[in-house]
Amino acid sequence: MDDLMNMQGQGHVRLGSSAGQALTRRDGILKVTGAATYAADNRPDGLLHAVLATAGIAKGRVTHLDVAAAEAHPGVVKVYTPQTAPRLAVSPDEKIHPFVWRMETLTDDSVRYAGQPIALVLAETLEAATEGARLLAPRYETEAHGVTLDDAEPFETDTTAFGRPAGHSSGDVDAARATAARHVSTTVETSQQYHNAIEPHAITARWEGDRLEIDTPNQAIGLSKQTFAAFLGIDPSQIVLRSPFLGGGFGSKAILYGGQMLAILSARDLGRPVKLVLRRDQMYGPVGHRAPTRQALQIDLDAEGNIAALEHDTVTLTSTFDQFLESASNASHSLYAAPNLRTSHRGRRADVGTPGPMRAPGEAPGSAALEIAMDAAAQAAGMDPLEFRLKNYAESDPSTGMAFSSKGLRECYAEAAKLFGWAERSAAPRSMRQGRLLKGWGMGTAQFPCPMFQAAAHATLRADGSAVIETSAADMGQGAWTALAQIAADGLGIDIDKVEFRSGHSDLPDAGVAGGSGHTATAGTALFNAGADAVRQLAELATNDPASPLFGAGNAGVTARSGRLYRNDDERSEAYEDILARAGLELVRGEGTGAREGEPDRAMFSHGAVFAEVLVDPDLGQVRVSRLIGAFAAGRIVNPRLARSQLLGGMIWGIGMALQEEAVHDTRSGRLTNADLAGYHVPVNADVPMIEALTVHEDDPFVNALGIKGVGEIGVTGTVGAIGNAVWHATGVQPTRFPIHPESLI
Amino acid sequence: MNRFEYSRAETLGAAVGAEGALLAGGTNLLDLMKIGVATPERLVDISRLSLDRIEESAGGLRIGAMVRNADIARDPQVLARYPALAEALLSGASAQLRNAATTGGNVMQATRCSYFQDPLSPCNRRAPGSGCGALGGATRNHAVLGWTEGCIAVHPSDMCVALAAYDAVVEITGPEGLREVPMEEFHPLPDAEGSGAAPLAPGEIITHIRLPDPRALARNARYVKLRERTSFAFAIVSAAAALAIEDGVITEARLALGGVAARPWRCRAAEAALKGQPATAASFARAAELATEGARPSGDNAAKIPLAQRIALRALERAAAGTPERLPALPASVFAGDDNG
Repeated sequence: MDDLMNMQGQGHVRLGSSAGQALTRRDGILKVTGAATYAADNRPDGLLHAVLATAGIAKGRVTHLDVAAAEAHPGVVKVYTPQTAPRLAVSPDEKIHPFVWRMETLTDDSVRYAGQPIALVLAETLEAATEGARLLAPRYETEAHGVTLDDAEPFETDTTAFGRPAGHSSGDVDAARATAARHVSTTVETSQQYHNAIEPHAITARWEGDRLEIDTPNQAIGLSKQTFAAFLGIDPSQIVLRSPFLGGGFGSKAILYGGQMLAILSARDLGRPVKLVLRRDQMYGPVGHRAPTRQALQIDLDAEGNIAALEHDTVTLTSTFDQFLESASNASHSLYAAPNLRTSHRGRRADVGTPGPMRAPGEAPGSAALEIAMDAAAQAAGMDPLEFRLKNYAESDPSTGMAFSSKGLRECYAEAAKLFGWAERSAAPRSMRQGRLLKGWGMGTAQFPCPMFQAAAHATLRADGSAVIETSAADMGQGAWTALAQIAADGLGIDIDKVEFRSGHSDLPDAGVAGGSGHTATAGTALFNAGADAVRQLAELATNDPASPLFGAGNAGVTARSGRLYRNDDERSEAYEDILARAGLELVRGEGTGAREGEPDRAMFSHGAVFAEVLVDPDLGQVRVSRLIGAFAAGRIVNPRLARSQLLGGMIWGIGMALQEEAVHDTRSGRLTNADLAGYHVPVNADVPMIEALTVHEDDPFVNALGIKGVGEIGVTGTVGAIGNAVWHATGVQPTRFPIHPESLI
Repeated sequence: MNRFEYSRAETLGAAVGAEGALLAGGTNLLDLMKIGVATPERLVDISRLSLDRIEESAGGLRIGAMVRNADIARDPQVLARYPALAEALLSGASAQLRNAATTGGNVMQATRCSYFQDPLSPCNRRAPGSGCGALGGATRNHAVLGWTEGCIAVHPSDMCVALAAYDAVVEITGPEGLREVPMEEFHPLPDAEGSGAAPLAPGEIITHIRLPDPRALARNARYVKLRERTSFAFAIVSAAAALAIEDGVITEARLALGGVAARPWRCRAAEAALKGQPATAASFARAAELATEGARPSGDNAAKIPLAQRIALRALERAAAGTPERLPALPASVFAGDDNG
């Protein structure tokens, strides 16, 4: 384990020492000094560089590759094609669990989407491999293709993303509609989007005999080790997967893809380590994206402005060979009090790579459309958007009838509205100005579920009073290295500077997936429990030892803090190291797990309220988000600094989704026309002049023992709709499509 | 990337007539090489040529081809006399790129037409005779002026738009000696077959950009750029305007559009219509309409024509209001004006 990062404090600025404190990142110095090792930084001896050749057509088959030209290029060692590529142990379409997409490993010459890998070139240098891939100059037999929402007939489906039911119905929507006072129909489209993590997908693979070492950024280390093993036909114990740092994941590094398998297979075949790093343009195809959606919402109101019925239908795209349907309609399940509720999803198949989970999958586009529809309904009811949402506040989950485990949304509305100054809003569109600019104020409600996965952890107290905590968490930049260590320190009752954290390595206990905004809750619970288990063992030693001042206090009679156990009945205490020394032990090791027991009987969500101010040039249509304020109720906030960063990041993501992010296809070729960061715009600093995220206090005794919800994705929800509604308020133009283009506003 | 030879020219004499692609800041050429659009067999590095000064020249300035974009934008003489040039430069790319990119390189940068950048697409500009891949494709960003069926790409530079408005002259040295071309005409317009003749003959090199004395234009000049994000984005449309105003009457007007054609588009008719007119909203509105004379959509981009008129109007209005003491924090932004309260 010597190669593990020792995350004991190395010169970082320490502002706090346990959960609730705004500790700065424990890995911050490593990252800003370049000492943090990312997957592509590994350069084992004898390394070969791999470069994928990718398809330039959207559908058909490869009829010729000039392998001879590529292999003749100086430095090129090997070219793998469907004729020569080493094979997986099982079918590339094997579904060993629900989070497996087809492993594109050059098994045949068919092309199913533009950008699909069609060959792999290995060379002594990256430059030689790159040129070798270019020299392959593929020729194709093409077939007619389609890449947009209009290119195929919808198919009915039972499930959407993650196996969720594709539809829901409660109450009687049709009966309610027949007697409703007003009916409001809204359609909203969202674009195809790409994760665009700054760190490209990368893998360095090395075999030592039958033992496989992999360095690759990964959001689900334990699951991925199992997946690699299954496809390679080896035992998981033969694999070491290291992923100490990720330069962003956003969902795209939770799903393994064929390129990783090809790097591993070719390393075994050639007997040399292999590194494969995707070019930016190659990240637009084989490693997932958010599919476009076309959403139709119907809201029926009674005479008082109560929602009588809510219906939300989504049409979205998946690939021709796998199914991941953006579950956008689910955003309407649990947010507003709709006594009659119906949601549905339909899929279409297109010649694109398989979509996948991307930050707030389903919720992001679903919330965007729902919040526009809510403002349309508020207008129909003649009510202020906030007043309308409060009138339709869900006191229990409308889709299940369950009570909420906690719901601080009213406080979020109140806090954010006050800070924003919402009461000063003038109702009519185009009624607010700043100089010649139109000014608009809009809002949206944020909501995101609080899932928990399965995690395990160890916490070892050592004779010197320090501790090692172990769980294979994934830090995508969100701050797991820091927040999880804070929880573990609390579980152990010691100062965080005495905690060495080992993480990001598959030999460690499985921390579960860093996704679904559930990583801190899940892995944190496991770490806390492991610490408590270690403390329990210490307490047993001490309270049963006549030489200890704690003798006879009983387990319930001592409290752990600051590296000592204190009697609850008097002032006496003893240091951990003294207890261990007297017992002649080098260490005690605690074990813990994190998971939710059984089916929850409460609805568990984080909530928030986002208020946006936009300025719009009335002549040119350019939009600027001049203020963006969110307040969030997300249970216990483990680290306010990191949580705020996550919430702000989500809200900025929302700016991009509302105004910029959009993959543009040439429908004739099926290729993207903007597959790089120059053409695919995400927000820059200058797009974010004023932004704030507050958290409101929320105790949740049901969500988990620690009361932790999640903050990774909720910031995207609410924000897109808030910006869209602000643009609507500014211009009088109701958004029907995101991103909103300037020319649609003039 | 293909294998290539690299050599460095230490003197202008060594650079002139050299065979191969000229490498200066490398911010565009190296990208094009990486994506297989440019495949030079030889690179001649001219980045260390002593063309790195801004000099006084007959009441104007003479900017060496190797002066970095950032250094032009921060030059006190440029800021005082050609503020629209500084504003245009600061509205382009990012700070890092402006630190690396050179004057000559900015002029010579390639279109960002996605079909030009995609070696799998036909493109008369990249592969003469192969056709225009953009026609009929995703053309929201393409030309509305001066285009042909041979090519509908736009030139991406902000700097060149301001230079064209200022009557800048491109100084070129070649094996045959010196020649000069107005910035306005330097970039060829496409012909029926393709993107037109190359602006430089083999062996030629841009040595300087010469700016004539701005005279009264110095006080009333602005650049405005429409884009979907506030920084690090090419223009949807942009405009440079410079006015000489005496006693409320326009004695001279300059107007050039960016993002609309294969070259910075000088709006001569609009300029003529302004001369002798009062510096009023009505005069500017008439001129803005004339700015896009002859424009027509090349595809999915009809909205660019009114947008170009409106950005021209905005630039004229801002120029008339007077060049600010300091450039705004968001240079050229629609939201950067004193006109926005």
